[in-house]
Amino acid sequence: MTGGRGGAGFRLGALALGFGFLYLPIAVLVAYSFNNSRLVTIWGGFSTRWYGALIENEKFLAAALTSLEIGIMAASLALVLGTCAGLAMNRFTRFRGRLLFGFMLMAPLVVPEIILGLALLLLFVAAQSWVGWPAGRGMLTVTIAHATVGACFVAVLVRAQLAGFDRSLDEAALDLGARPFAVLWQITLPEISPALISGWLLAFTLSLDDLVIASFVSGPAATTLPMAVYSSVRVGVTPEINALATLFLATVSALVALAFWVMARQERRRVRAG
Amino acid sequence: MALLEIVAASKSFATTEAVYQVSLSVERGEFFALLGPSGCGKTTLLRLIAGFETLDTGRIVIDGDDMTEVPPYARPVNMMFQSYALFPHLDVAGNVAFGLKQEGMERRRRDARVAEMLALVQMSDFSRRRPHELSGGQKQRVALARALAKMPKLLLLDEPLAALDRKLREETRLELTGIQERVGTTFVVVTHDQEEALGMASRIAVMNRGRLVQTGSPADIYERPNSRFVADFVGAVNLFEGALDASGLAIPDADRPIPLPGALRVSPGMRVALALRPEKLSLSPEHPAGFALAATVQSIGYQGGQSTVHLATASGLRLRAHLPSHAAQGLARGAAVWASWAPADAVVLTE
Amino acid sequence: MTSVTPWLRRVLIGLPFLWLAVFFLLPLLIVAGISVAQSEDAIPPFAPLLRATAAGLESHVTLANYRELAHGCLVVYGSSLGNAALATLICLVIGYPVAFAIARAPGMWRHILLFLVMLPFWTSFLIRVYAWIALLQPSGLINRLLLGAGLVEEPLPLLYNAFSVQLGLVYSYLPFMILPLYGSLTRLDESLLDAASDLGARPWRVFVAVILPLTLPGVAAGMLLVFIPAVGEFVIPDLLGGPDTLMIGRLVWQEFFENVDWPAASAIAVALVAVLTAPLLLAQRFLAREGTA
Ligand SMILES: Nc1ncnc2c1ncn2[C@@H]1O[C@H](COP(=O)(O)OP(=O)(O)OP(=O)(O)O)[C@@H](O)[C@H]1O
Ligand SMILES: [Mg+2]
Repeated sequence: MTGGRGGAGFRLGALALGFGFLYLPIAVLVAYSFNNSRLVTIWGGFSTRWYGALIENEKFLAAALTSLEIGIMAASLALVLGTCAGLAMNRFTRFRGRLLFGFMLMAPLVVPEIILGLALLLLFVAAQSWVGWPAGRGMLTVTIAHATVGACFVAVLVRAQLAGFDRSLDEAALDLGARPFAVLWQITLPEISPALISGWLLAFTLSLDDLVIASFVSGPAATTLPMAVYSSVRVGVTPEINALATLFLATVSALVALAFWVMARQERRRVRAG
Repeated sequence: MALLEIVAASKSFATTEAVYQVSLSVERGEFFALLGPSGCGKTTLLRLIAGFETLDTGRIVIDGDDMTEVPPYARPVNMMFQSYALFPHLDVAGNVAFGLKQEGMERRRRDARVAEMLALVQMSDFSRRRPHELSGGQKQRVALARALAKMPKLLLLDEPLAALDRKLREETRLELTGIQERVGTTFVVVTHDQEEALGMASRIAVMNRGRLVQTGSPADIYERPNSRFVADFVGAVNLFEGALDASGLAIPDADRPIPLPGALRVSPGMRVALALRPEKLSLSPEHPAGFALAATVQSIGYQGGQSTVHLATASGLRLRAHLPSHAAQGLARGAAVWASWAPADAVVLTE
Repeated sequence: MTSVTPWLRRVLIGLPFLWLAVFFLLPLLIVAGISVAQSEDAIPPFAPLLRATAAGLESHVTLANYRELAHGCLVVYGSSLGNAALATLICLVIGYPVAFAIARAPGMWRHILLFLVMLPFWTSFLIRVYAWIALLQPSGLINRLLLGAGLVEEPLPLLYNAFSVQLGLVYSYLPFMILPLYGSLTRLDESLLDAASDLGARPWRVFVAVILPLTLPGVAAGMLLVFIPAVGEFVIPDLLGGPDTLMIGRLVWQEFFENVDWPAASAIAVALVAVLTAPLLLAQRFLAREGTA
């Protein structure tokens, strides 16, 4: 490339400013999670007391467990639904309602959460009075709501991966006498496994991160972690939240880095094999 | 004064010396070809001239002005890209007008120039088409028109014919030389196809592994290659290797040394190669007067007007001869023949 | 695919189709229905659309919610759209150079930088918004730095106003701008840039005449991905906004949770969907194209 095009200095500056902006609040958050002072604005020396306080905070602990449980269930459900949908959209180019199907798969990605939450709550309320199910709201309703949104994200990833996938493998397997279901199970799904893994992770984080939808469709019995954080943040800034955020960040970074590493290794193996 | 002067230009990428100590000059109005095998640094040299790469050492002078530090947009040079690099968001006329717009040429003159250029390459009917609506040959013409529109002092063409099919390639080669003669611009063409270089260039520079090996007219390069590499790369060749003695080149296949062309001042005992073009060989059933090699016919490849006869000597040295097809008809596989040539047709190569 | 057994086909299509019909489409229809209901002090807090009385079926359909909305809430829609549009523009201005620099970074760095763009997206949105409170409040880091440097006499009002909301929107949605821009920048054919500069275009002209037009799909996709969620955003105006910060998302929340007026909340939501229809349709086209490309 031409040495000076786009100015190396300009590009470095853009990166420094852009990433400085993205990471400034995160860095401050992490730094203050080790602050000994109760005041979030004054540095009172290094300490891990807020991590201790966090672990003893039963409200947060219970909420975290609830969120994890919902996240795992919702992501798994979303994975099944989204994979079916992605396969269907990729494999069947014509069936009745395909246009509507495509719309329903795209719309939840872009419709504001607040509308999704409101709409689902109204559905659950109506359903309860019409058919008596679901009886009350809680983890089940939150899981259903998160699975619905997550499925659409999974479907996007699955479709993208299938688009770059060699159909002749399928056909070769069929030619060798494999049953369609076996082809799906033994050829197609393993081939798109990177999309399945990242799809599950994406659905899981979306669920773990969601405040708005959960606030609508949850009941008093089930408080998710974002709901707990929100109610304590509304009251005022507390250092425990900084500790929580840091833990969250560390876990997610580690998970994402792991996912990247696994994918990169698979890629390399594929390159070597092919 | 030469239009383009390259002085000891070198450029290396991380581990490869893409261009090493290349010096050459191109005169005004020349059709100059850079010829060499894939990866020898032709494109890199062209990109250095255009200014996309910066020289590690050396200088590039165009029309008396040192261009070494001048950015590409300010050089009086335009380039026709190997992939054509037509702007997909602009139509044919927009592509041709692009360079003129950068100059700030006023609308009326610009339109006139675009029309003139499109007429030159016979694309006037396509001015509103987008690049993706054109065939390969049409894209090539638009790329040429775009590069010529600014009337550069020097036009660089990177493998201008490589993307075309064989028949179109020959037609286009003729057109390209025609256009060059008409506009009078100096052309520097990169190619790895020796036939193409011989057919269109007025002068050729042969490159190998980043170095310039020989510069000269097509006839020079073909008739008097200065190295084994050039002899072998430019056209087919028969090589005889051996040691010199007083009367000629001694090779194991012949009972006496091969006579050398003219008076050569070479020291006896030196190892050299003798290069002989296949069309210079003549075959006869009887021993002709003078030097001749005994060989048997291995196979005959018919190529229309001309045929290639593959021969082998008793010790296994392989030769090939190009004969008019009617002359080759009399030969059969396995036939014993005498191969001979005029001593002046052979070239002695010391490298 | 002809080779798939009918039942497999039926499962693959039917399962997600039914799910989405029940848990996405039907709820939207219910919202539309309730938006024309009357608010009532009951459980649920609205009157059924049709009620059987002695005189037969009695309709309770009303457009009062919409009328009220047209009266009082237009300004909220205006300021939501305005805020979102401004945030979109700022994201574009910041995001383009960053995406450009990432796309031009050498091999390994490109992956690392891309990872760093996505990382915040995988961490808690709520907490990232909350982090700004500690930075912006009167005794926060920024104000203390400014005071310490003697640049200001007293703390600047950085929090709970239009500025902090704008900042939060830009901060949260910047990655959504960078990613599609990066995608279209890497798809750009390098030789086109060489060609432009060969034809006499200075760097700035290369950008305006070649790079920008060829990355417009990425620009459009990024703008939609920022604009649409920003219009309906709730958390950011709620945590960073002041009492005078008007955003639709917050209005829906207030009507629903604080005023317990479900029909009004539904009407606001329906109107929001209506406002967003055009960009939503555009977005669907772009997403579909990116998905198949
Ligand atoms: N940007 C680059 N970075 C690293 N190495 C490069 C770069 N450009 C070229 N090279 C190397 O420099 C050498 C010369 O490349 P160049 O493209 O000039 O060859 P060429 O003669 O044009 O070949 P071809 O006929 O295949 O187009 C090659 O070994 C190539 O791998
Ligand atoms: Mg080349």
